[in-house]
Amino acid sequence: MKLKKGIPVIDQGDKLGFWGGKFGGNFVPETLKKPIEDLEIQFNNLKNDKKFIKERDRHFKNWIGTPTRFIKLNNLTKHVGGAQIWSKVVSDANGGAHKIYNATVHCLLAKRSGKKVIIGDTGAGYAGKMLSMAAKKFGLKCKIFMGAKDIKRQQPNVKAMKKNGADVIPVYSGSQTLVDAVSECMRYWVANCDTTAMCVGSTVGPAIFVRICGWSTSQISRELKVQLINEFGEIPKKLKLYNCVGGGSSSFGFWNEFMDYDKKQVEFIGVEAGGPAKSKRHAAPLTYGSKIGILHGAAQYVNQDSDGQIEETESISAGLDYPGISPLHCFLKDTKRARYTAASDEEALKAYQIVTKYENLRPSLEPSHAFSVALKEAKKLSRNTIVVINSCGDAYKDRGILEKKLGKKYVKSN
Amino acid sequence: MLNPISLAFKKAKNEKRPALLTYTVAGDSSKKQSLEILKAISNYADILEVGVPHNTPVADGGQIQTSAYRSIKNGIKMNDIFKIVSDFKKSKNSKPVIFMGYYNMIFQYGENNFLRKCKKSGVNGLIVVDLPWPENKIFSKKCKKNSINFIQLLSPTTSNKRLKSITKDSHDMIYYISMLSTTGGKLKISPKIILSNYNKIKKISPKKNCVIGFGITEKTISNFRNTDGLVVGSQICKEITRSLNNRQNPVINVSKMVRKLKKKIS
Repeated sequence: MKLKKGIPVIDQGDKLGFWGGKFGGNFVPETLKKPIEDLEIQFNNLKNDKKFIKERDRHFKNWIGTPTRFIKLNNLTKHVGGAQIWSKVVSDANGGAHKIYNATVHCLLAKRSGKKVIIGDTGAGYAGKMLSMAAKKFGLKCKIFMGAKDIKRQQPNVKAMKKNGADVIPVYSGSQTLVDAVSECMRYWVANCDTTAMCVGSTVGPAIFVRICGWSTSQISRELKVQLINEFGEIPKKLKLYNCVGGGSSSFGFWNEFMDYDKKQVEFIGVEAGGPAKSKRHAAPLTYGSKIGILHGAAQYVNQDSDGQIEETESISAGLDYPGISPLHCFLKDTKRARYTAASDEEALKAYQIVTKYENLRPSLEPSHAFSVALKEAKKLSRNTIVVINSCGDAYKDRGILEKKLGKKYVKSN
Repeated sequence: MLNPISLAFKKAKNEKRPALLTYTVAGDSSKKQSLEILKAISNYADILEVGVPHNTPVADGGQIQTSAYRSIKNGIKMNDIFKIVSDFKKSKNSKPVIFMGYYNMIFQYGENNFLRKCKKSGVNGLIVVDLPWPENKIFSKKCKKNSINFIQLLSPTTSNKRLKSITKDSHDMIYYISMLSTTGGKLKISPKIILSNYNKIKKISPKKNCVIGFGITEKTISNFRNTDGLVVGSQICKEITRSLNNRQNPVINVSKMVRKLKKKIS
């Protein structure tokens, strides 16, 4: 299995949509073959269409607010005492997380194909919140599927979705989290694909959704590349990019533009959710050696039992609480381009405390996982190493959990 | 010699009626009871679809999900499901059994192992909901080699070009999904439209036995008398749930229902 240079990773799949011959694909009911094919044709045309790119960039700039900041975390660097610690503050984006890029692109595609309704899944609520924002902006009706357990623990985002006029549909099946929300959303699409567009909230699902999402979030690394050159005059000789990985949309977007660099120069570190320290349930299929299986239309490493039933996961962060992982990351793991590890719930909370103590930055529980590993590793690295953590979400949505776990003083009033 | 599936269609045709196919989930509500249900309904049904429960089903509606979750919760494993079929076949050897499920279960078992086990326990056909054409080409050939009918699915969104290719690659039986819906949806288009789509398929592929599924219930079934076969699933699963909730015997209630269904198309 080999990563090709000079070709975007999203376009390195084979005819049937498999990366490396075995990850991804289209394991979907017959009914969805046609709408998926239509979407493929549309996307393949538009991604090379200058007018469409211009339109996308205009919305990214004026509405999402690009570029998001790239800042040095001076106090943390001093405190840790090793590599230089920087952050790409993607949570600056309109709505407070990277999910806005994919949501915007899907709404643009839906608009062009004449669809009136767009549906989506959500875990932490960000994908749903952003889709509801974008749908409102582009005049589409919006339905969001969300696990009942997630609805309880991510109330601020649920309120935002409703305020934007979206129907939030609670999913009570299975573990009542993201995995069930995605299943229910796909089922709804099976029954309504003639009138309705579907947005999958991460780089998961049938191959075309993996590609559209990866293409959309790549905005993050496009910006970062320019910002690095502005700051250092070149891409640093030792650069390490840390990102949390749930489905894998923010990390893929954070890395994409640096894919062709040697990993000795630009290393990618993906941090999965290890779950509670004492629990055996985790959401880290790449770290803990899960087997390849089929989930939501794609072959990937996934937590499952010997029969192939998908296993429930447990993580403090709803956005990472997913038993599978993007086929793109399976591909990056097996080609050894990226390195994957995990942080536990406790480690993520600890990292959140340290970051908020030293910096005016409030990463949500998802990027707190990445901070945890980055801070530990940065200590052992030389001063000329540039560590960048993607702070891809804001902790506002986690205030309930943070208050419960850490007490009121860690939750600011805004 | 005709395989048991084709034979069942032939028998129904001789009686000038569509074949009746039932769908129940293996292990619902227990291993023992699902076997009893199969035995009871096989007195009226021509072909038995046995659902292999999966916990992330992307095409099943509420009724079948409820049955599947109930069965998984009771600890059903793939090997138990094979055992249910082989036990059933001990008493009803000629009644064809078709597995319906999701590809991951086959993938984890290993395609070859799975087919070997199917053959051994008496499974005659397979419907794999999330392994469409052309992705299923290699596997469906393997099935054929093992004399197992791989049943291709067609839907209202299937283009004419696809329809021709799929029917060409199909075995004796094909399955037409009546409408855009998960299983258990209400019939949202008129039977006339469904039948005209069905006739289009029959015109392209007159020799294949084509069954219609999704939205077929006691209420709607008699609209489709002039077809090769009809599948009833969600309504049966719903009846099992209802019986359990009312502390009644699902075996008796379900077999009554299937007898009625048969009457409506005879």
